[in-house]
Amino acid sequence: MSLLIATLAIGLVFGVLALGIYLSFRVYQLPDITADGSFPLGAAITARLLGDGVDPVTATIAGMTGGALAGAITGAIHVHFKVNALLSGILVMTALYSVNLRIMGASNVPIKANTIFTPFEQGATAWFGQETSILGRSVPSSDLGLLLATTIVVGVAGILLVLFLKTELGAAMRATGDNARMLRALGTSTDRMTILGLALSNALVALSGSLFAQMQSFADAQMGIGVIVLGLASVILGQSLIGPVRSIALAIIGAVMGAVLFRLLVAIAIRMGLDANDLKLVTAVVVLAAIVGPTWLKSMGRKRGKHAPA
Amino acid sequence: MLRLDSVCKTFNPGTANEVRALANVTIQLAPGSFTVVIGTNGSGKSTLQGAISGAFDLDRGSIMVDDADITRWPEHRRAHLIGRVFQDPFAGTAPGLTVAENLALASKRGKWRTLAPLLRGARRGEWKDLLAQIGLGLENRLDDPIGLLSGGQRQSITLLMATLTSPKVLLLDEHTAALDPRSAELVISLTTRLVAHSSATTVMVTHSMQQAATLGDRLIAMHRGKVYLDVSGVEKQHLTESELLALFSQMRRDDRFDDDACALVAAQYR
Repeated sequence: MSLLIATLAIGLVFGVLALGIYLSFRVYQLPDITADGSFPLGAAITARLLGDGVDPVTATIAGMTGGALAGAITGAIHVHFKVNALLSGILVMTALYSVNLRIMGASNVPIKANTIFTPFEQGATAWFGQETSILGRSVPSSDLGLLLATTIVVGVAGILLVLFLKTELGAAMRATGDNARMLRALGTSTDRMTILGLALSNALVALSGSLFAQMQSFADAQMGIGVIVLGLASVILGQSLIGPVRSIALAIIGAVMGAVLFRLLVAIAIRMGLDANDLKLVTAVVVLAAIVGPTWLKSMGRKRGKHAPA
Repeated sequence: MLRLDSVCKTFNPGTANEVRALANVTIQLAPGSFTVVIGTNGSGKSTLQGAISGAFDLDRGSIMVDDADITRWPEHRRAHLIGRVFQDPFAGTAPGLTVAENLALASKRGKWRTLAPLLRGARRGEWKDLLAQIGLGLENRLDDPIGLLSGGQRQSITLLMATLTSPKVLLLDEHTAALDPRSAELVISLTTRLVAHSSATTVMVTHSMQQAATLGDRLIAMHRGKVYLDVSGVEKQHLTESELLALFSQMRRDDRFDDDACALVAAQYR
């Protein structure tokens, strides 16, 4: 039970990541690999600032801002120097590896100070005592506080993102991904929209990294590896949960649900004996299958259909 | 008013693929006029539209809209002056956005995109009336993603979007060429109605000699990056489709003559 609640909380933190990846991958149709650098960037900035005695909220917002900056740089390289979007992301991601080491001063930094979650954990403990019983099982109350905090964060971030995508600016971003030529003809700089969109996407990714570090009580230079694939897995899984819907709100709820479900599946797989070292391989295969599977199945169906009498 | 002054544009200069797309083109179009542009392939008629909309930088020359020199303005900055409809019927609308959202984006043409909700204060009634004009039942589909609509329906909406904010210039780039005959007819009748009600200086490029003969109050034929023929007024009104076809054969003969002459001269010197 305790494991389940911790898994849910981590899943929700990755839900924030899924929001960011939803924005770059679904709205801009651009798998932005900057995420692999901005996720640990958020963690590194927050860990460093918490170590320096800065309050957790400021440290978290600073982490987010760092991510926004990284995304804006990727966007600027892409639109101003006409560098392929994927390559722009790779360049920034690679550069961020060194930046993150500089910020942390070591490849792994423990977080000993109070985090953004501390008040929730203490509150839950004060309210319920050390242990609470859920469905007849005993769980540490602090985990419930953690779950509440992550639910609030992902809920607020998700609602703000949905509202944002329905503003003039947000709709212009959606149109940029949909049909950039049209938006230029309507007098909006798609360059500016791309920079802004990638900044927002990576701010969310960095927020996720910052929260993850605070939850795990450390930041690590390696913690960004495969983050983009994890985010894509969540978004794609979420889409298959929700189905082909046209409502933005549902798509975003789907992405968050996808992240939580993916985390649960991972926890179950490891419980059932999956070597944690094989996790990235399995994730990549799952994402590939989810992307290629539907079209492949359809073409198989067509081939079979050919032999059927007309 | 739209004025092009000694506009030159050469693509791929200094290479084997060098194309002199616009060679010293000077045209002045009166406010509210409706000019039809025709020309052979590679004559520069589409480049002319690109030059006006700002798709590329000019080599030489200037472009004025009323008193504004827009020669150096980037594409998106010109947009508040210029409404456009493309040949590709899907190019003018964003498929994932609803009909209302597309119209709302167009109604804020050239303005800053703010954090105000896009559809707040949307003039739905007005839009419904406009959509009803098209006659395809689109007035009931404001909240459908525009990607669900057909090419003809989307091109009609693009046309509405292009004229929604009363731009100074309206550019129609072979906007019926990719449609089936029935949709093309609908879009042309909508074009005629909207242009008649609009004060925009309209430039329509077309491949259809029938459209060129019947539409507009001025006709410009482009050939090899230059204005080959420019008729307006009564002369334009009396222009027939067969005369235009004859004009086209003439332009093609000129083309062949030039090439043959070159071959002849080359043979002499070999």
